[in-house]
Amino acid sequence: MTRDETILAVKDIISTIAPDEELVGLDTAVPLRDQIELDSMDFLDIVMELRKRYSVQMPEEDYGELNTLDSCADYLMPRLEGQELKLQNA
Amino acid sequence: MSSPPYDTIIIGAGMSGLAAGIRLAQFDQKVLILEKHYLWGGLNSFYKQAGRRFDVGLHALTNYVPKGTRGTPLIKLLRQLRLRHDDLRLCPQGHSLIRFPDCQLRFSNDFEELRQEVGERFPDSRDGFARLIQLVADFDAFDPKDTTTGARSVLSEHITDPLLVEMLLLPLCYYGSAREGDVDWYQFVILFRSIFQEGFARPEGGIKPLLDLLISRYRELGGELRMKSGVRSILHEDGRCQGVTLDDGAELMADRVLSSAGWAETMRMAGQQLYEQNVDEDELGRLSFVESIFVLDSEPKDLGFSSTITFFNDAPTFEYCSPQGLIDDRSGVIASPNNYLSDTPLPEGIYRLTNLANYDAWRSLGAQDYISAKQGCVNQAIEVSKKYGIDPRPHQVHQDAFTPCTVERFTSKPRGSVYGATRKRLDGNTPLEALHLIGTDQGLLGVTGSMLSGISIANRHALVPHQAK
Ligand SMILES: Cc1cc2nc3c(=O)[nH]c(=O)nc-3n(C[C@H](O)[C@H](O)[C@H](O)COP(=O)(O)OP(=O)(O)OC[C@H]3O[C@@H](n4cnc5c(N)ncnc54)[C@H](O)[C@@H]3O)c2cc1C
Repeated sequence: MTRDETILAVKDIISTIAPDEELVGLDTAVPLRDQIELDSMDFLDIVMELRKRYSVQMPEEDYGELNTLDSCADYLMPRLEGQELKLQNA
Repeated sequence: MSSPPYDTIIIGAGMSGLAAGIRLAQFDQKVLILEKHYLWGGLNSFYKQAGRRFDVGLHALTNYVPKGTRGTPLIKLLRQLRLRHDDLRLCPQGHSLIRFPDCQLRFSNDFEELRQEVGERFPDSRDGFARLIQLVADFDAFDPKDTTTGARSVLSEHITDPLLVEMLLLPLCYYGSAREGDVDWYQFVILFRSIFQEGFARPEGGIKPLLDLLISRYRELGGELRMKSGVRSILHEDGRCQGVTLDDGAELMADRVLSSAGWAETMRMAGQQLYEQNVDEDELGRLSFVESIFVLDSEPKDLGFSSTITFFNDAPTFEYCSPQGLIDDRSGVIASPNNYLSDTPLPEGIYRLTNLANYDAWRSLGAQDYISAKQGCVNQAIEVSKKYGIDPRPHQVHQDAFTPCTVERFTSKPRGSVYGATRKRLDGNTPLEALHLIGTDQGLLGVTGSMLSGISIANRHALVPHQAK
């Protein structure tokens, strides 16, 4: 998966778990929490959805890597290598 | 043990069971919901009669906030179930009333309105009410350090006017107190927010569209639902729950069981010994209700009833207790679904009247007496309530009423106690490992509350340690 695809993968997960949020125009460098309504329960859902869709095992100490879309991409790109993008809200 | 084991079996297809089921199925658990009745929804189900569909319970969905609000229970609930606010098609209330013989408070989904009303009617309590709001804001109701303090004592400390104390307690007791004479302080905080600071709405079309949405979501996610499948007993070995036996004798195994059948019923299913060790019959709730439903030939507002919900008490003090006789006609709740703000008017006028009722008194009646007692009570209740609402009888085209016995029969709540046991089990734990309580007896009530209960216990006990597979 390319960097853009990885970001798309995360955004698609967010629109699955938070269908009311507007994701167009998110700044990839700004913490997600500052741009949309996400609480710790929601981050847990992102983690579980990553595991479900891409078998990514994310230990609790890594949850901070989900802070911005950029940090998500940095963290996930090596872990999603060779995998196909799975979109539910395309 | 023929069938393959489930990850989670859920007892009861009420609001809490359905919400828990969706949560778990979302993460690919193999989930089975077992429901004794032939319909889902539990205390908030629906039924057909005389060609019409009636909601069993729904007066109001509490916790209403408009789309785009952040962080409140309704928004969290939607998020957890991955629903859009628009999916619920919520119609907000117009306004509601708290009415006592010489005083009335009007409130709406704009909390400012209540604050102003209190300030005008009870100028001496204005500061006290402000302090109360601060206490509510500061209180962590979801992790309360103390669950025994009653709201009456806290209110009286801050509010000098005793009538205001009674008036604030009336709606909050009726919409969620399992305790007689009072409401637990932590429950008061939850109810104050959900009723006064957030608000009332009604899903367009009543409870059925909401239930349809939950059921179809659950099924799309691969969840299994079996109706007319009562659980007879809970299987366990060495202190760990292993599954259930159905009324027909079938054994179903699961890694864990979530039960919405209430504390006492759940312990009874787990066996005589656990029941005796863990159930204090004094803690079985005693509060139940009679509800009369009138279908009218006119819009209630054209007959003089324009509030969405009216809570009335025909005396200076409010007694929230199981009555001596069949019902207590001195206080009650009147609701009209026509008085929600909707673009699609209801086909007929609906007027609902709720009064406190005594289970034992109803239980002791023979079949013939039961029917005439029902009619007698409806008439008796109207005589008092019409001072605060209307007399619907001249305009009625259909009437139905249900009693604590009806509630018991259709939801298996012992004694028809709508708000369950007086002692809640906030952590959802039981003496058995892998058996957890959800719904009314876990601690959160009402449509929104019971769904949140199912979600939070599923998250805590069935999802996080286990996570997605
Ligand atoms: C008249 C009335 C009016 C109400 N009005 C409102 C309102 O306006 N707003 C609001 O928010 N709330 C209202 N409520 C309260 C609300 O309906 C309940 O708090 C909520 O539905 C409780 O959901 P629950 O899942 O905890 O329990 P329940 O709905 O009781 O669900 C439990 C389910 O488990 C099933 N069950 C029990 N034992 C077994 C067994 N052994 N095997 C299989 N299945 C079993 C039952 O049949 C039931 O379907 C009202 C209730 C009533 C009765």
